[in-house]
Parts: sequence; structure tokens; C-alpha cells
Amino acid sequence: MKRETAIRRVAKPVIFAVCLIPLAWIALRAIVIGDLGANPVETVNRFLGDWAMRLLIVTLMVSPLVHLSGSSIPVRFRRMLGLFAFFYATLHIANYVVADQFFNWADIWADIVKRNFITIGMLTFIILLALAVTSPKAMIKRLGGKRWRRLHQTVYIAAIGSVFHYIMMIKADFLIAGTHGAVLAGLLIYRVIRRMQKPERAENTRRRTPRPLVA
Amino acid sequence: MQIKIKKASHISEAEVTPKHLFMNRRHFIQASAAAGALGSILPPGKAAAGMKLPGITQTAYGNGLEQTKYEDVTSYNNFYEFGTGKSDPANNAQNFQTKPWQVSIEGAVAKPGVVDFDDLIKPHKLEERIYRFRCVEAWSMVVPWVGIPLADVIKRFEPTSKAKYVAFETLVDPERMPGQKRAILNWPYVEGLRMDEAMNPLALLAVGLYGEELPGQNGAPIRLVVPWKYGFKSIKSIVAIRFVEKMPPTTWNMSASSEYGFYSNVNPEVSHPRWSQAKERVIGQGYFSAKKETLKFNGYAEEVASLYSGMDLAKYY
Repeated sequence: MKRETAIRRVAKPVIFAVCLIPLAWIALRAIVIGDLGANPVETVNRFLGDWAMRLLIVTLMVSPLVHLSGSSIPVRFRRMLGLFAFFYATLHIANYVVADQFFNWADIWADIVKRNFITIGMLTFIILLALAVTSPKAMIKRLGGKRWRRLHQTVYIAAIGSVFHYIMMIKADFLIAGTHGAVLAGLLIYRVIRRMQKPERAENTRRRTPRPLVA
Repeated sequence: MQIKIKKASHISEAEVTPKHLFMNRRHFIQASAAAGALGSILPPGKAAAGMKLPGITQTAYGNGLEQTKYEDVTSYNNFYEFGTGKSDPANNAQNFQTKPWQVSIEGAVAKPGVVDFDDLIKPHKLEERIYRFRCVEAWSMVVPWVGIPLADVIKRFEPTSKAKYVAFETLVDPERMPGQKRAILNWPYVEGLRMDEAMNPLALLAVGLYGEELPGQNGAPIRLVVPWKYGFKSIKSIVAIRFVEKMPPTTWNMSASSEYGFYSNVNPEVSHPRWSQAKERVIGQGYFSAKKETLKFNGYAEEVASLYSGMDLAKYY
């Protein structure tokens, strides 16, 4: 009971606050420091996109952390992390629609259809939207554990999509995007290896309890 | 009690001059000595951004255009030699040494040779020209450049009939241009123009902006400005101008030939494969501002469209 209180009253609010730091930082830069630079729309866009992708990758660190630490506590924060990834992705797209394109739906649609990196970005966002909508516990019951779990496995597609969306936009310097891609690749490889090593255990876990994978 | 007497060679880490200070000092001494020997009319030291350029003739170019703020022109730059972030060049080019500076004139000319920066500029009159500047990334500025017509400089060196193209080359010096420590692009940065493009009166060799010497991040001490082409054609910190018979290689074309052609004329009708070129974000207009329609040849069609008559601009992008 004491541990439960610590998770609910301390750990969750702390992680919630930590996830808001990037937003607070960009707001501080915009309003107080005023260093968004000569192209503030671009600065804000890159910043929000980076954090959506980064939090999505952090969300995928939860399972390995559980396996490696032997504690199931990290799972308690996974939904929140996933929802924050969705939150930053939503702000990223809001910035694109409002500040960059200024509600020019014709241009936005042309971008989505013609520009591969924007097509992938939008598909990624649709996945995140579906996961966010089905994130409440009641939705697990409503969809059924198996279907819910299958749906939430698309988080892998979303994570890969977010990194590709970034890489496909770059002109020459792939260092930062590549670093994120390498971390994500590591997380995916970890899962593949784990599945190959312990096929039985993975099966059992799946049958026993459909745990929220991301949201 | 044992008393230790340190030998001079047993100097502690902390007492050694940090390498970067030592190197700076060496550069400073070298630069000063070299500048003195060449009798430069300007004092030695760092790229003296902010130093007023004397005797600038005003021109009618760009009358009525709203100029981008000096602060924005000098803080939002693509100059990968100093880093790939937009603010990297402004941060990393602060102490960029541009004195002394020499430009090598090579190839199909009657008067080749290595020319000191001052000797290259001195015979000409500095002009101020306010030009639109359109980046291939779909943003734009309006910059009051100070420079000399490229055509006048080219004529001085008397190109031969074999000179069909002009190739330009940027300095390679990873110590002074830290972005070159990684092979992001194939250094040196190279660019080129067809001879008739280079001879067009719009083509400018810029040495300043806003009446002052070019800051390092804007391509000090001398750069090309071809306002009807995407910004990357306007090569910075030039150390060589070469007259050649065949179309010379260009850096971004070598990096991604399907995206960046030799001509790279501003054209709203021809998309970059990954984004539209129909509109541009005007730098300095703030967070809530609509994009502006991009003009063909960046608004210089009257001056340059005839250079490309009969050419399929979608094919020769």
C-alpha cells in the first residue's frame, strides 16, 4: 500500500512534470528569452517534432527496463509517456497547420499526398491518435485484450515512422537523426533477441495479462 | 621531512596553456605577420564584421524592397563549413581569420595568378545592391549587399575562347572552419556558372552587407551573389575562380543530383522532390505570418530569363 501511494502521489506527478519541461522551455524561449531566432516557425516545429519522437522512443524503453530490472513498476508510467509523445506530436502538427501553413488546407493536402516525409509523418500521427484514443483501461475491456494488444503493437510502426519522417527531411547532416534511429534500432533488436531466446516465456506473458504496451 | 623541488618539466596539467588559447595566439601572430608583410590596408585580426566599407556607390537595385534585419541576416545561415545548425555559423565564425586572403585565378584566362584580396577589389567601385535571396529550403530574405559586378572582375583577367564556364571554390581549413571536420559534404564546396550567367550584370561578388564588411557567417571576405538562383549557388569564402571548358561539378549536385541541378534557378513551378517551391517563408516576419508566393527567377525574370530561352527548366533544374 505504501508503495502504491509513492507511485501515485510522487512518481507519477514527478514524471508528468518532467515531461512538461520541454514545453515549458520552448514557451520560456518564445515569451521571455526571445531566442527562437529568425525563423521561429521552423524552430518550434523542429523542437516539438524532436520531442514527440524522443518520448516515443522513451516509451519503448519501458519494456526492456522491466525485463532488465525485474521490477514491473516502470510499466505504471508507460501510458503517461506514450500520451506525452502524442501530446507533442499534436502540438507539432498544430504548429504546422496553424503557423506554417495558416490553415491552407489545399497546400496541406498537397503536402500530405505529394511529399513522402509528410505522408509518413501523418500516418505516424494517425497511429498515435488511435493509440491515444484507446489508451483508457476501459478500452482494453471494450476491444478485448488480444485486439487491444495487437492495435497497440503498431507503436513500433509509429516509432519507426517518426524517425523516417525526420531522416527523409534532412539535406545532409544525419548525425542527430541517426543517433535517435540507432537507439530505436537497439530497442527493436533487443525485442527480437529476447523473443528468439525465450519464446515460451513471451507466449505465457502474453496470454496471462494484456499489459498496456504503450498508452 | 622531505622537501620536493619541482623540475621545470614537472609542470602540472593546470599550468599548461590550454591548447585553444595557444593556437589562437599562434594564429594571431601568423596573421599579423603575414598581414604586415603584404602591407594590407586593413588591420589584422579577426573577421572584422561591423567595419564600415568606404566609398560605396548607391544603386537602384532593390529600391522599395523591405530589407531583412541585420540581426536576422547574420544569425540565420546555411554555411555547413561552420556547422549544420542555422545558428552554428554565427557562433563558430566569430573569430574567422580572413586577413590575409588570396584568390587564385586559374584556367582559360590570359592573366592567371594568385591575387591578394585587396588587389582583387581595389580597381573596382563598391556598389550597394539590395537583392532578394531565396534559399532552396523555401525561406527568403532581402539583403543589401556591397560588392562589385562579377563581369567586371572576369573581364580583367581576360578569359580565352575556351572559357565556357566559371568554377568557384571555398576555402578548406578544418581548423578555421570546424564544420569541415566531418565529411557532411564533399569539401571543398564548389560551385559554377555558365559564362553568360557569370557575365550577367546581376551577378555580384559581395564583400559586405549593410555597408559593412561581410561577417564570417555570411561568407567573408568574398562571396558570390546570384539572386535569381537558389542560395546555395551563391558560394561563400571564395579562394579560387577557375575558367573551364566543361560544366564544372557543384557540391549539392554531387550530394544529391536528383534534388539540386547545376542551374538551380528559383522556379515556383518546379518542386524540389521533397517539398514545394511555390511559396517561401519570409525571414523576420514573426511567428504568425503567411508565406509569400515565390517569383520565377526570384523576381529577376526580366534580367535573366533570356539566358534560358528554349531550355526546358523542369529538365535543367
